[in-house]
Amino acid sequence: MARRSLKRTARRTAHGARDKAQAAVSRKGGRIMASHANGEALCPGSSRNGSLSQEKMWAYGLGLFGIGLGLAELMVPRRLARMIGAPPRHDGLIRAMGLREIASGVGILTQGSSATAVWSRVAGDAMDLACLGAAFMSNRSHRGRVALATAAVSGATLLDMITAQQLSRGIETRNGCISLTVALVIDRPQQGLYRHWRELTNLPTFMKHLVRIEIQDDRRSHWVAKGPAGSTVEWDAEIIEDRPNEYIAWRSIEGSQVDHAGSVRFEPASGGRGTIVTVEMEYRPPLGTVGAAVAAWFGEDPNQTVKMDLRRFKQMMETGEVITTEGQPAGRAESTSRK
Amino acid sequence: MKANCWYGKQDMRVVDVPDPKILNKKDAIVKVSSAAICGSELHLYNGFVPTMEQGDVMGHEFMGEIVEIGPEVKQRRVGDRVVVAFPISCGQCFFCKKELYSLCENTNPNAWMAEKFFGHSPAGIYGYSHLTGGFAGGQAEYVRVPFADVGTIKIENGFSDEQVLFLSDIFPTGYMAAEQCNIQPGDTVAIWGCGPVGQFAIRSAFLLGAERVIAIDRFPARLQMARDGGADTIDYEETDVYDTLMQLTGGRGPDSCMDAVGLEAHMPGLLYYYDRIKQAMMSESDRPIALRQAIMACRNGGTVSIPGVYGGLIDKMPMGAVMNKALTIKTGQTHCQRYLKPLLDRIAHGDVDPSFVVTHRMKLAEAPQGFDMFNRKQDGCIKIVMTP
Ligand SMILES: NC(=O)c1ccc[n+]([C@@H]2O[C@H](COP(=O)([O-])OP(=O)(O)OC[C@H]3O[C@@H](n4cnc5c(N)ncnc54)[C@H](O)[C@@H]3O)[C@@H](O)[C@H]2O)c1
Repeated sequence: MARRSLKRTARRTAHGARDKAQAAVSRKGGRIMASHANGEALCPGSSRNGSLSQEKMWAYGLGLFGIGLGLAELMVPRRLARMIGAPPRHDGLIRAMGLREIASGVGILTQGSSATAVWSRVAGDAMDLACLGAAFMSNRSHRGRVALATAAVSGATLLDMITAQQLSRGIETRNGCISLTVALVIDRPQQGLYRHWRELTNLPTFMKHLVRIEIQDDRRSHWVAKGPAGSTVEWDAEIIEDRPNEYIAWRSIEGSQVDHAGSVRFEPASGGRGTIVTVEMEYRPPLGTVGAAVAAWFGEDPNQTVKMDLRRFKQMMETGEVITTEGQPAGRAESTSRK
Repeated sequence: MKANCWYGKQDMRVVDVPDPKILNKKDAIVKVSSAAICGSELHLYNGFVPTMEQGDVMGHEFMGEIVEIGPEVKQRRVGDRVVVAFPISCGQCFFCKKELYSLCENTNPNAWMAEKFFGHSPAGIYGYSHLTGGFAGGQAEYVRVPFADVGTIKIENGFSDEQVLFLSDIFPTGYMAAEQCNIQPGDTVAIWGCGPVGQFAIRSAFLLGAERVIAIDRFPARLQMARDGGADTIDYEETDVYDTLMQLTGGRGPDSCMDAVGLEAHMPGLLYYYDRIKQAMMSESDRPIALRQAIMACRNGGTVSIPGVYGGLIDKMPMGAVMNKALTIKTGQTHCQRYLKPLLDRIAHGDVDPSFVVTHRMKLAEAPQGFDMFNRKQDGCIKIVMTP
């Protein structure tokens, strides 16, 4: 036990840049992410638990912006009204809008950028746009300025909506990466689990998005995954770290169609209760159709998807196969259950 | 084959569906000889359980003859007569090894759905919504039984179907609920609900040494059956339940209280409408009327056992009473497999003849009428057994 953690510390120091992110994770072990042979990480500085995702950063930004705008609306409503070309004598309304902005902003900052808080901004935007629309109709307003203000608010609305949508779908990217960590305890010793996983050709039997893996040599393999409309997406990967019974890390060869890195760790659970299997994955989806395919593999909730993969692995290791309901009777046309 | 399928709230139909096939190596196919309707299914029937899909085959209390086995079924053979436990359990995981079969980690292919609702998933269950796997149930001519070695008990000849059928659910459920009451000599156990689960709980409480059982319901036939089982009874429409229980126990309260009613509890008076309205408005999914009473009536330091099913959120839970009275709460879907053998032994020994609970017999084709009758508790209906 002591030796293992020593090793890990040594390794972590080698990846000094990531230490800060790891400090936030008080878990035993911390994050060890795959890197290219030249030592450059696929998603430098990214840690699901440690650093903020892009979506969360956007949300914070929007929250802060909202508070600033809200304060201005609250304190100098008349100046603001003139700036956006709104008719005068609506101080009360503008102050109310300011309070709304501040409330949403504070909501975002205090609720850790929750999707709901950002959605409240979207609702507020809709109200603002409605008011601007009314202002535009009024003949006491400066239409040119109102139009400009409307354009600005529309832009903000779009940003709010995209951010809220991503957050509610549970999609968080870091430096353009989808990254996730999932752990599941399996009631089997490390050795067998490691062996089954290290036989990479087994992965497609429980990882839904993979079609097959072809072994090239001890370290290299060729991965084939589902692409859009029956096509496939392919890349070569290499094992970059392999500690028997404990840890396997792999990543795609530089210049591959899909930039992917993954690792799996096998640690004994306390009290001899099997093994805690922790999978970390990072995908940097390229633009275009391949990117869309990668996004589709992980669907609405990437963590959930990988957890299901891991659960199938557990079923196989504990019971010998993956339990299914596909093909059972039902009084409807296609008789499968939802997946 | 014919199967009784769910098509919507209070809409069951017996239709033709494909025969089941072996899909996993440890599956068996059972030709159903008897299947019952369970109180739990009323929650699906009345639309309180989400994730049902049109065409889902119902039924989790059934037995029959094995007609086909997968290549890895080791302890059962074609021709065996078996009763099937309602939770589907792998027998290999952490929970199965602890005999907590209804918490099996490997049998719910839709575990992610249940995790969204409950944080963690229970085991798969036959014909009990997609939240618990969407497995086709046994109100059919044939049914697929996954993990047949773990989930079935072989019945040697000499017993009628009606004597052993309820090993599939309600006998173990009543028994486990009584076991959870931690009954000590001299104890009084109060049981809300004299449906089939309550009936078996009454008998089990006596088997486990209760001195007195007080059973609560409002239907005369059910109260009569409870008295036949040795219980004192309270009709909650006639008298105040709390006051009566206090009179019967010298003000201390029953040592254990059991909620064998579940999320569709009924009650005369205003509170009932409060909960019905909240349920209709979706701000409360379950009506915990019996549960609240059980908690309030239970003696200090006593145990509240909850076999009654809850699915989501409840309102006005008297947590202050639970805490200040130092109550123990025990609940769960029944770990049915754990009780198959010991309770079959009890039946063989003559301690209980479970067929007492059967009030109606019909054909599978009449299942929709059966559901309607059982739901409305008409015609003294307590338990329906269907044959093909
Ligand atoms: N834990 C398990 O594994 C498990 C297994 C089977 C059934 N169940 C559950 O047990 C419960 C009972 O099942 P059942 O088959 O006996 O159903 P049932 O519907 O036949 O019986 C419920 C009884 O409760 C009575 N009741 C309603 N409101 C009451 C109240 N306020 N006070 C006292 N009695 C009241 C009804 O009149 C009825 O007789 C259901 O919730 C069912 O889902 C749980």
